[in-house]
Parts: sequence; structure tokens; C-alpha cells
Amino acid sequence: MDIGLIENILFAMVRTGTPLLLVALGAMMSERSGVLNLGQEGMILVGAACGFIAAYAGGSLGLGVLAAVAAGIFVSLIFAFIALTLISNQVATGLALTIFGTGLSAFLGAAYVGQTVTGFAPIAIPFLSDIPLIGQALFAQDLLVYLSFILFAAVFVVMRYTRLGLIIRAVGENPEVAHALGYKVMVVRYCAVMFGGAMAGLAGAYLSLAYTPMWSEGIAAGRGWIALALVVFASWRTERILFGAWLFGFASILHLLLQGYGYEISPNLLAMLPYVITIIVLVMMMYRQKNQGLFAPRSLGQPYHPLK
Amino acid sequence: MRIEKRLHDSQLMVYLSPLLALLLTLISGALLFALLGRPPLGSLYTFFIAPISDLYGLSELAVKVTPLLLCAIGLTLCFKAKIWNIGAEGQFVFGALIGGAVTLQLAESEGFWVLPVIIASGALAGMAWAAIAALLLTRFNANEILTTIMLNYIAVNLLLWAVHGPLKDPDGLNFPESALFASQTLLPVLFEDYRVSIAIFIALFMLVVIWVVLTRTLLGFQLRVMGENHNAARFAGFNSKKLIWLLLCFSGAMAGVAAISETNGPVGQLIPTLSLGYGYAAIIVVFMGRMHPLGILLASCLLGLTYLGGEMAQIDQGLPKSITGLFQGMLLFYLLACDLLISYRVVPNSRSVKPSAITQ
Repeated sequence: MDIGLIENILFAMVRTGTPLLLVALGAMMSERSGVLNLGQEGMILVGAACGFIAAYAGGSLGLGVLAAVAAGIFVSLIFAFIALTLISNQVATGLALTIFGTGLSAFLGAAYVGQTVTGFAPIAIPFLSDIPLIGQALFAQDLLVYLSFILFAAVFVVMRYTRLGLIIRAVGENPEVAHALGYKVMVVRYCAVMFGGAMAGLAGAYLSLAYTPMWSEGIAAGRGWIALALVVFASWRTERILFGAWLFGFASILHLLLQGYGYEISPNLLAMLPYVITIIVLVMMMYRQKNQGLFAPRSLGQPYHPLK
Repeated sequence: MRIEKRLHDSQLMVYLSPLLALLLTLISGALLFALLGRPPLGSLYTFFIAPISDLYGLSELAVKVTPLLLCAIGLTLCFKAKIWNIGAEGQFVFGALIGGAVTLQLAESEGFWVLPVIIASGALAGMAWAAIAALLLTRFNANEILTTIMLNYIAVNLLLWAVHGPLKDPDGLNFPESALFASQTLLPVLFEDYRVSIAIFIALFMLVVIWVVLTRTLLGFQLRVMGENHNAARFAGFNSKKLIWLLLCFSGAMAGVAAISETNGPVGQLIPTLSLGYGYAAIIVVFMGRMHPLGILLASCLLGLTYLGGEMAQIDQGLPKSITGLFQGMLLFYLLACDLLISYRVVPNSRSVKPSAITQ
């Protein structure tokens, strides 16, 4: 295998892993605070549709990204209000968010199917992008990929080294104790869910403005669900999410490798790969859980109401 | 205003909540239509009443109710036992794929056995697809929400592969579609000129079956106990693994029959967009119907209506057909919000701090 091929694979791996990384970081933050939001898929879709429409109508990619993030936050607030303030079943509410987001995005985007915008172009960072093997993958990407690196670093630092990270974890492990200590459980959870919405919206913008600069119905293609599995795979640890996202990115582009070697396999069958791998990874994780525990936040998915 | 837990859950709100959710959805729908510059009430009429204002419309509603009800029948049992099978969509698609392959094989066959074989093949295929999730859950403890969702995407890609490849109509114009099914392999329609088929009777029969199972059998009791308290079920000596297998397989079989009701009914061939999200809409049916047989019958009529309404809105108002999904999503959101009132009540802030009330 020549080095050029490896470089191409690594480049594509990072690109494909980026939306998963963004969504999984947001989902992890919200789960660390104890909220299970199964609506990731819906939030990505709404973000992707709104981002594309804003970029198309406003003629600016930056505007598109802002609109996508705002839309993601908006729909995550609907979820937060019903799941947290109205104390509903989080599983059902997350499903509702996915169904609603799928419908809303298809409705909004219907007039824009088949339109294109000039998406984010790769920007090679001088010198760094010339590093053999990893230079192209890490330093010749587009702006949103670089943003995903920055956001990863930010989440990593917040969760590991700051008081804020401790508070979020305390709220997720034991909301009663966190409440007794004077932390505002509801505020923390609302913020964590909104952060998740912003990240999913951003991932949507990445899909419809950079990865394939167009809108099509169901453009997220299950990435929201794969990202949720990724959080389990990563045992709710930030650094493992980065590793996992890129691993899944690699799995999604395996077909390029197979085609490179001249294998003829139907693209529809290859499109199944990421989902099959997700199931395999889940099974492996659950097997390991028997020996080591799963590290899930203790109050994950449990309704909490301070006036109970 | 603040909320306060009720001493006992309100049974009244259990039944009022879906109606309240429908009302709120209608109000939001009217606002949405107004926002789009359409007459609000006229558009609501187009969406919810015009599609069923004649006999043909009602028969079309029955056509939509059939797959929704069949999927919801299986999901009701699963959800009662708190097994979150989100995979009706995939079980539907896989059932359609295998059922379709069998149907194409039987294109030349005649006989009373042809249709039962086709229906059984769809049911078995749906069952097999659900069994994967059952195996992963019982053997490896892999979360059934994620595995069933992944299996949905896998099934859709399998269907795409089949209609682009082995099952593509050799005499077609290279469209990714199978050949049209032979007429003797189609489910007989109830009345000439209407599309509603005998499958609606299968659905209604199975509805009665689960009604009996839920209220009159040990199995129904077991799954209710398991849904309410997993540990109690274990201490009572119920074999929860067996129950998981049984419920998921039954649910998959129902989704498979639902698929045959579509492929060998109004659709009449395999196409890439076979399921219009029936498997997901059935989840809303189960919640709206309060997991009660009569309730899910009513709810599947409502959800079926959203499909007809979407088509009508497209023809009549030039709105995207996907408005259906928007209404479905709103319905579930409002329902979950209204369900707060089952266990909680809203009280004005001032009430609890009236000292006079305490001294009396």
C-alpha cells in the first residue's frame, strides 16, 4: 500500500468522522448531566435543513452555520421543556424529537432539494499540512473540521479540569445531592441539552454545507443514532469519543478501500457497514460491561423534579 | 404557577390527554397554515376532513389503518413490557423484501395455498429480523433501542440492494423496482373499485387476540408485571428472556404481515420507498392509544388520516407531503407534554402559602 493511499484514507476518515464527533460530544455532555436525549437524529436534520436554507438564501456559509446552531438549540429546547420541566419519559420524548425533526426538516427543505451551494473548501495550513501521513488528514481540512478539533479540546478541558465539569458530573450522578449542595440541577441540565442541540445543529451544517453541500431528505442517515452508540462505546469519556468517531469514520469509508483494490460490491450493501459495525461494537461493549461496569452516569434518563 | 404531584394518578387525564394533544395539534396546525399564508380553518378541513368525506376516502383510510394497526398491535405488547422495540420499520421492510421475493417466485403458481404462503413468509421474515434484536438483547444485553434502529437502516439498504439488483424487473425501464406482482398473488379487495383488502380483517382479528391476551391470560399479566417492575417479575419466577423473545418475535411477525398488506395490496410490487414510515408512526399510535386495543384502533385512524391529509394538502394546496411527519411529531410532543397532568397537577403559586388554610 503506498503512502498516498493511506493519506487519502486518513483524510476521508477525519472528514467522515467529524459529524459523529460533534454529535457525540454534545450527546455525551447532556448524558453526563443525566439527560438521555434520543433526538440527536432529529436535531441534526433540522440543523442541516435550516443551515442549508440560510446559506442558500443569505448567500453566506457563516450565516448558514449560525442558523443551523440556532435551529439545533431551538428544537433541543422543546425537548428540554417537555422532558425536564414537564417530567416526561425521556426515551419517548427523544423519539418524538427525532420524528418531529425528520418531519420538520423534510417540510422546510422540500423546496431546496436539488439546489446546491458552494460548500466550505479545505484550507491547508502551511508547513503543518506537509507532515507526512497525518498532515493532510489533520491540517488540510475545512473550517468546520478545525472547529470540531477546538470544540473537542474545549469539552475535554471542561470535563477533566474545571469546576463546571465537576458540577455537570455531580448533577448527572446524583441530582438530589447536587441540589442539596446548592447547584441548580435544572439549569445545568437545560444548558447541557442546549449544548447538545448546538452540536447536533453544527453537525447538520457540516453535512449540508461541507460534506455534501446540498440538502436531501434524511441526510443524517442515522448518524445521530450512531453517535449515541458511540457515547456508550466511549464509556462517556471525551478522549475515547474522538478515537471512536474517527474509527466509525474509517468504517464508513471502507468501501473506498475495497474499490481501490478492485472489489465489486454493491454500494447499497456497503452502505450497511456502519450500522453493522455499530451493533458489533455495542455487543462488545456490553460483553466488557460484565467485567468492568459501563460507567454510565447514575441518574441517566431518570426524571428529576425538585418539588417531588 | 407550579406543579405538584397528585396523590393518585388521574385516570381521567389518561384518557383526556390524547384528546388535549389532538386539540393542541389542531391549533398549532391552524397557526402553521396561517403562517404559510393559507386559510387556517379551510386548510385544516382539507387536511383532516376532506380526505374522509366520501366512501372512497373512508376506504382509503382503512388502507392506511391496516399496516399502522398491525405494527401497533405488536408494539403494544412490547411497550407494555417496557421493551423499546423501535424496529417495526425494519421488520416491515425485511418482511416486504422476503415476502416480495416469494411472491415473485410464485408468479406462475395458482391455488388456495399461494396467499397463505406469502403472508407466512412476510411474517416469518419480520419475525426473523426482530429475533436478531431479541438475541442481542437476551444474550449480550445490547440496548434494544439502538440495535433495532440500526437494523432499520440495514433492512432499508437490503431492500435498496434487492431492487437495484437481484429483484429488479428485467423488463422494466431500469427503474429500481421489482416486476408487478401477478394478480393471483395480490390480497383480494373487499369491494370492487376500492383498494381496501382482506388484510384489514387480519388486523382487526389480531387486535381482538391481543385484547384477550392482555386481559384474560397469564401471559398478559406477566408482561404487565414485567413492564411495571422488572425485579418483581424476576422474583415471581417469570422467565423474562423467554418473554422478550416471544414479544419481539410476535411484534416482528405483525410488522411482516403489515408489509404484505402493502406490497401485495395497494402497492403491488417492491419499490425503494415502500414504507412511508409506518413503523415509526405506529409508535405514536401506541402512545396515543394508551396501549389499549380500542385506543390503538382509534389512534391508527388518526395517524392514518395524517397520511391522507398530507397527500390532500399536496394536491390541493401545493404544500410538501412531508407535512404529514410534522403533524405526527407535534402530536407525540403534545401528548407527552399533556401526560404530565396524569401524575401532576398545576396549582397557582399562592395556594400553598395561605396561612389561614392551615389554621382552620
